[in-house]
Amino acid sequence: MARQAVIQVRDLVARYGEDIIFDRVSFDVYEGEIFVVLGGSGCGKSTLLKHLVGLISPDSGQVIIGGDDISRCDDATFQNVLKKIGVLYQGAALFGSMTLSENVALPIIEYTDLPQRSVATLVRMKLGLVDLDGYENHLPSEISGGMKKRAGLARAMALNPKILFFDEPSAGLDPVTSAELDNLIVHLNRSFGTTIVIVTHELQSIFAVAHRVIMLDKHARGIIAEGDPEYLRDHSQNPFVRQFFNRQTKKNRDGTEEK
Amino acid sequence: MKRFTGDLQSCNYEVSESGQGGITLHVQGKMDASNAATMIETFSDLVKDRQPRSLTVDLQKVSYLDDFGALVLVETRKMMSNGKNHFCLQNVNDEASKVLSILHFESLEKGDPFRKKRPPAMLIRLGEATIHHASDLKFLLSFLGSVCLSLLHVCLHPKSLRRDDTFLCMQKTGVDALPIVGLISFLLGLIMAFMSSVQLRQFGADIYVASLVSLSMTRELGPIMTAIIVAGRSGSAFAAEIGTMKISEEIDALFTMGFDPTRFLVIPKIIASIIVVPLLTLFSDVFAIIGGLVVGILTLDLTANAYITQTIKTLTLFDVFLGVFKSGVFALLIAWIGCLRGFQVKGGASSVGQATTSAVVSSIFLIILFNSVFSVILRYWE
Ligand SMILES: Nc1ncnc2c1ncn2[C@@H]1O[C@H](COP(=O)(O)OP(=O)(O)O)[C@@H](O)[C@H]1O
Ligand SMILES: [Mg+2]
Repeated sequence: MARQAVIQVRDLVARYGEDIIFDRVSFDVYEGEIFVVLGGSGCGKSTLLKHLVGLISPDSGQVIIGGDDISRCDDATFQNVLKKIGVLYQGAALFGSMTLSENVALPIIEYTDLPQRSVATLVRMKLGLVDLDGYENHLPSEISGGMKKRAGLARAMALNPKILFFDEPSAGLDPVTSAELDNLIVHLNRSFGTTIVIVTHELQSIFAVAHRVIMLDKHARGIIAEGDPEYLRDHSQNPFVRQFFNRQTKKNRDGTEEK
Repeated sequence: MKRFTGDLQSCNYEVSESGQGGITLHVQGKMDASNAATMIETFSDLVKDRQPRSLTVDLQKVSYLDDFGALVLVETRKMMSNGKNHFCLQNVNDEASKVLSILHFESLEKGDPFRKKRPPAMLIRLGEATIHHASDLKFLLSFLGSVCLSLLHVCLHPKSLRRDDTFLCMQKTGVDALPIVGLISFLLGLIMAFMSSVQLRQFGADIYVASLVSLSMTRELGPIMTAIIVAGRSGSAFAAEIGTMKISEEIDALFTMGFDPTRFLVIPKIIASIIVVPLLTLFSDVFAIIGGLVVGILTLDLTANAYITQTIKTLTLFDVFLGVFKSGVFALLIAWIGCLRGFQVKGGASSVGQATTSAVVSSIFLIILFNSVFSVILRYWE
């Protein structure tokens, strides 16, 4: 059975001024999968993510989410697409002047007709889902980095979007917290059927959560590998991909290590 | 057995009665964000209408349930438990029970997370405000001290001044402000000359327009206007810059790298301001005099020569020095209070906004206050 593609990227070209970051990239993300974009620092992962959520318009090419080409559709359609997606930013991007519950409640109050009391209960459920019970009235400046990430996740999930985007969810977290976050991601994916797109270069996370990965490369300006991470680790044709997955340093042609 | 049915967007429900005042709700379809609000409303009306002894929700035909759906169930349960009545779920399928279990549906206590912290009693608030202001004052003094020490240090070791930063700050505070200072002073001179000419003309004292404009500008208005513009342009910028560095831990980074944040950030700003604001004031004086001159020539039939001679005759070197000295003091105040407010930032973005506002308001207050002090001193000195 062919699965349905919820995100289709076609011949996407991204550039900052004269620098072409990637050239004619195409891939699909299917419904209900955990899709990981990986690659070394500076290869354009965050740039790709910004294109996927419409923060940057592509130089050329298309990003199609649920059938709508977000770079060409009108404003109303784009607003509708935005309701289908949630984004967890690298620094969580919580609003500093609002408590955690106000942060999570904001989209719920704006976009649904739920009565105030029910919003309160729902917010409590959302925060409970990310293990933040009891922190409803804390300000973002009063909690730790891992907690901010989880609160950001609760806010991204506020309207149960069909697709969740994560920019480096484990950056800056200790291994235990980061593993917990991975579990949470898998959990959400299984229980709600949410499609999840993650940008990361954290190997352990990749093996723990990814159903499918694409790997970007700075020099190739595009995708150099696509598929199951474990398969790529062991069987990729591209030596650089195998090195990346096996955490080896760059080798020169003759097999000696680069200094 | 009676049955009622109702339609709710992507989901509909059916009510059946099951003896002893109990009813069963058969929900069919999706329970998600799209219909949660309507469902809550409908069910609460239903409960209110029929006052059932017990309520069973049958989820057999529910095809999708997420936390919004769970919310509907929680809210319905809450309504029932208000009257100490019985509530239960029936035919919960695997997926729904998974969702309900990760949401801790069973133990989800009834409470309101929006319990706003109640504002404390008035006396407590009064006390807290006093303590707050006292510690504010303490910080103000200690900041003043550290600024003085750093200034002293820079005077003794001029090499330790960050020269590039100082020049950049001089450009931003001084050169970039020149157009707006010039324009405002020119218009001010124009207006002053125009308004006073109407009065002075009645006495045939046209020529004294030149004296009035030049004297009031150099002694009072020039320094004040320039200082207020600089407070709005640069004082706010100092506060915002340092405040943002504070919340993004850049100040902490400076500290742990062994730099004194005051010497690193504040001294260049203070020195740059003290150098450029008096210069700006001189420009402001000149532009205002030119404004007056334009009015004099165009509406008063004065010659440029006569106007300028009168101006030179009126002004003494002391007046010019006084204006320059005052503006130097104002510059010190603006830079000091701007940086101080920046260092007082705590928390998030809104705090930066407050610091910026407060920097401008405090600078303007201090400018006016010090100007009054100068006036009083001069009154007895001259
Ligand atoms: N706003 C920008 N303007 C110009 N170049 C940028 C900008 N943002 C990123 N870049 C460049 O684009 C490349 C990819 O950046 P980014 O997508 O942030 O990488 P990654 O997230 O994979 O580490 C980098 O070489 C970076 O220098
Ligand atoms: Mg990045």
